[in-house]
Amino acid sequence: MTLLIKGGKLLDPASGTISPGDVLCRDGKIVALGPDAANMAAHEAEVLDATGQIVTPGLIDMHVHLRDPGQEYKEDIISGTRAAAAGGFTTIACMPNTAPVIDHAAMVSFVRERAASSGLVNVLPYGSISKNLAGAELAEIGDMVVAGAAGFSDDGKPVTNGELMRNALRYAKMYGRPVIAHSEDMHLAEDGHMHYGTWSNVLGVRGIPAVAEAGMIARDCMLAELTGGCLHVAHVSTELSLSVISWARSRGVKVSCEVTPHHLTLTDELVSLTGYHTNTKVNPPLRSASDVEAMLAGLCDGSIEVIASDHAPHSLDDKDVEYNFAANGIIGLETTVPVLLTKLVIPGAVDLPTVIRALTLGPARVLGLETKGRLAVGMDADLTLLDLEHRWVIDPAKFQSKSRNTPFAGWEVQGRAAATIVGGRVVQTGGQIRV
Amino acid sequence: MPLSSRDVLSLREMPIADINLILETAESLREILDRPIKKVPTLRGKTVVTFFAEASTRTRTSFELAAKYMSADTVSISTSTSALTKGESLKDTAYTLEAMGGDCLIMRHGVSGSCHFLARLLESPVINAGDGTHEHPTQGLLDMLTIRRHKGTVEGLRVAIVGDVFHSRVARSNMWGLTKAGASVAVAAPATLLPDGLSELGIDAYTSVEDAVQDADVVMVLRLQRERQAKGLLPSLREYARLYCVNARRLALAKPDALLLHPGPMNRGIEISSEVADGAQSVILEQVTNGVAVRMAILYLLLGGAAE
Amino acid sequence: MASQIKALIMDREAIRRALFRIAHEIIERNQGVDELVLVGVRRRGVPLAARLQAIIQEIEGRVVPMGILDITLYRDDLTTRRDQPLVRSTEVPFAIQGRTVVLVDDVLYTGRTVRAALDALMDLGRPQSIQLAVLVDRGHRELPVRADYVGKNVPTSRREIISVRLSEIDDQDAVVIEQSNGHDLEVGA
Repeated sequence: MTLLIKGGKLLDPASGTISPGDVLCRDGKIVALGPDAANMAAHEAEVLDATGQIVTPGLIDMHVHLRDPGQEYKEDIISGTRAAAAGGFTTIACMPNTAPVIDHAAMVSFVRERAASSGLVNVLPYGSISKNLAGAELAEIGDMVVAGAAGFSDDGKPVTNGELMRNALRYAKMYGRPVIAHSEDMHLAEDGHMHYGTWSNVLGVRGIPAVAEAGMIARDCMLAELTGGCLHVAHVSTELSLSVISWARSRGVKVSCEVTPHHLTLTDELVSLTGYHTNTKVNPPLRSASDVEAMLAGLCDGSIEVIASDHAPHSLDDKDVEYNFAANGIIGLETTVPVLLTKLVIPGAVDLPTVIRALTLGPARVLGLETKGRLAVGMDADLTLLDLEHRWVIDPAKFQSKSRNTPFAGWEVQGRAAATIVGGRVVQTGGQIRV
Repeated sequence: MPLSSRDVLSLREMPIADINLILETAESLREILDRPIKKVPTLRGKTVVTFFAEASTRTRTSFELAAKYMSADTVSISTSTSALTKGESLKDTAYTLEAMGGDCLIMRHGVSGSCHFLARLLESPVINAGDGTHEHPTQGLLDMLTIRRHKGTVEGLRVAIVGDVFHSRVARSNMWGLTKAGASVAVAAPATLLPDGLSELGIDAYTSVEDAVQDADVVMVLRLQRERQAKGLLPSLREYARLYCVNARRLALAKPDALLLHPGPMNRGIEISSEVADGAQSVILEQVTNGVAVRMAILYLLLGGAAE
Repeated sequence: MASQIKALIMDREAIRRALFRIAHEIIERNQGVDELVLVGVRRRGVPLAARLQAIIQEIEGRVVPMGILDITLYRDDLTTRRDQPLVRSTEVPFAIQGRTVVLVDDVLYTGRTVRAALDALMDLGRPQSIQLAVLVDRGHRELPVRADYVGKNVPTSRREIISVRLSEIDDQDAVVIEQSNGHDLEVGA
């Protein structure tokens, strides 16, 4: 099967350049790139017109909650992969905090097989660090690697037991898989529902101070130093946390980190502005304006290598309650691209190659995906076409996802993923899923 | 509608024009409480629902009487916040009450922002009788009315609030209402009970009562919840009383004609001494009367006119 | 509300004479001022009651107690008005139990204000009797109410507006008829 993407501008995240060119894909691989690629195409090739659009390696979201198995009313592998395709993502990595937990090989296989049968985007399951997410005993990391786990995390919960974290880092290092740390001091964060700061004091909501995150990051980085393990810090949200990571790197610690689109664009003031709307409730919470500035600076200077949405679907019943009782989480697969383009790229706060690198090469490197995240001959034909002109309004009622919990509802945005190509097959164009 | 919003949720969000209108109306209505027949027919046929998910006798009774003096019918529901999470949700309870013909919902709830949540869902007005540690707007208003009746105006006064400011919705409502009306506000509490960032909000924060009440025109004492000590925020009630109790010696540092307020109920001997609570400067009982007047005024302004 | 003055019904002198006569009638009818109290209905009934009080004091040498009544809370039209009236205070700092209350208002029209004032008075106590003094009676009663003392009877059409101006509140003493263009027919007194 041959696909020619014609007339677009190719964005290579490795070099950061954007230049006109075509892409020829055959049998799931990129076989030619650049101005001459069209010449190599046979006349029966399917042609996708990319005029006026930017062609990037397929976007990778390495932090997604699919809720399947166990909470399929919020999302399942089918709807989640549809949401990914609609949002321009060709590969997603999903967290193991399902019911039952993905803590052994059979569950890893289940997710992979289910995703493969839906035939849309690549799904890489993470395995949990501890059995049943109980934070006590190491899960069967080795067996899960054999079954295809991309990394390990107890995300949703921190690994409070330092000895367990130490062992997890040592063990996962054997297989070259990253341990993804949800770093949170549960006592400091206890009963907290938003960021500890002026706004939490004004609104009378118990706050979670930055140190609840940064303190644990420090511990996790030191354990990474001790064990030589591969540590990736999930959803960094504070300036304090970035400082800790920077300090750890200055000591030679190998640690990568990711930030969510909402931590790059929204502040804790939104809780007041929306009158305590629970679509602002997320863990880590929306932080202060200076934290958001620090996240943007970290993205620009490369200290944050990855943008990951932490797509966290919740049903209306989970969210439409009093603020303290509402579940934490914001969906992101279908809002990441338009929000980042509208708030970061178009106003010139962060250039497009930097944003795209954080959504392609960055996560590919962390996860050791050698054939993804890059625009080069021989890479997997996972591609995303971006239309930077299209103006529209984010309407959750039109989402592929089963859930609607986004603070970006109603936003007027500019830019979207005009097409999603996975393994040389077009799975989405113009918002329509092609199965 | 005379008020700019259909609901009364917070003083931080209430324009000063609304605050003044409520206080002026309350002044006019207050006289009804001195009559032998405490009844005016204004809200006849209206039903006011009080929904208290946190125990309170005084505020609930005050609202109920305010409604009854205006000839409205009242329905009172008490529940616990845990019953709400286990049983029928708050959302469904509120919808049900509105569907039964309730014209207005007065709610006290343990979670900050819960009144905002309901106000978004309901057609009828929602009055916040205290939400978590966020605000208690009617208390702030009755405190302001009490001060106004004695001092003529709130503007230019120095008000000292003593007590657990961190957890106090009364303190918050008063801080916003008083500063909006032109008073300068000082607070005093042990450091563990004082929120950060108050100076950025224009409030002078002290850890010494003596410093805060110096030359104050008004001293407002907050109730100390005994649970604070259980949670490790205070070493003991004894120490709190020794260092923070507003007694005659400390009150004497304020102006000689300074007013003494307390939202009640009082822990005599802990945050306030009986001597000053019952003394000449105390207006604590007037606060209670003014509270009914303020609530009558709010009900009149929200329900007295034509349906929107 | 657009309106123009169509006619001047009473000027300063006419108002003065009318009040003078009403004061005498009150004294005559009640055979003195024992047990008499005056209650002015907000807004313009108040200065009228005060003037009557002053005249009676000139004549009888005694000060008749005077109170102020705000009838906003007793109106029967609260739920139909577009704008909600501001509540002002009622100040009747004396007992009305067993006494003769002379209610004083500027214009008697539909009678609804007087009905509200009667309800309000009853909530303050049980008078021996209530009498009504108005500066102008413009007819068009909708309730069975009549005035005991009238300054002037002025037949009007419903489209007309009677405006009583008193120097305590307005800048002159006059009673004028204004022609409304029909948009906002004032709900009657």
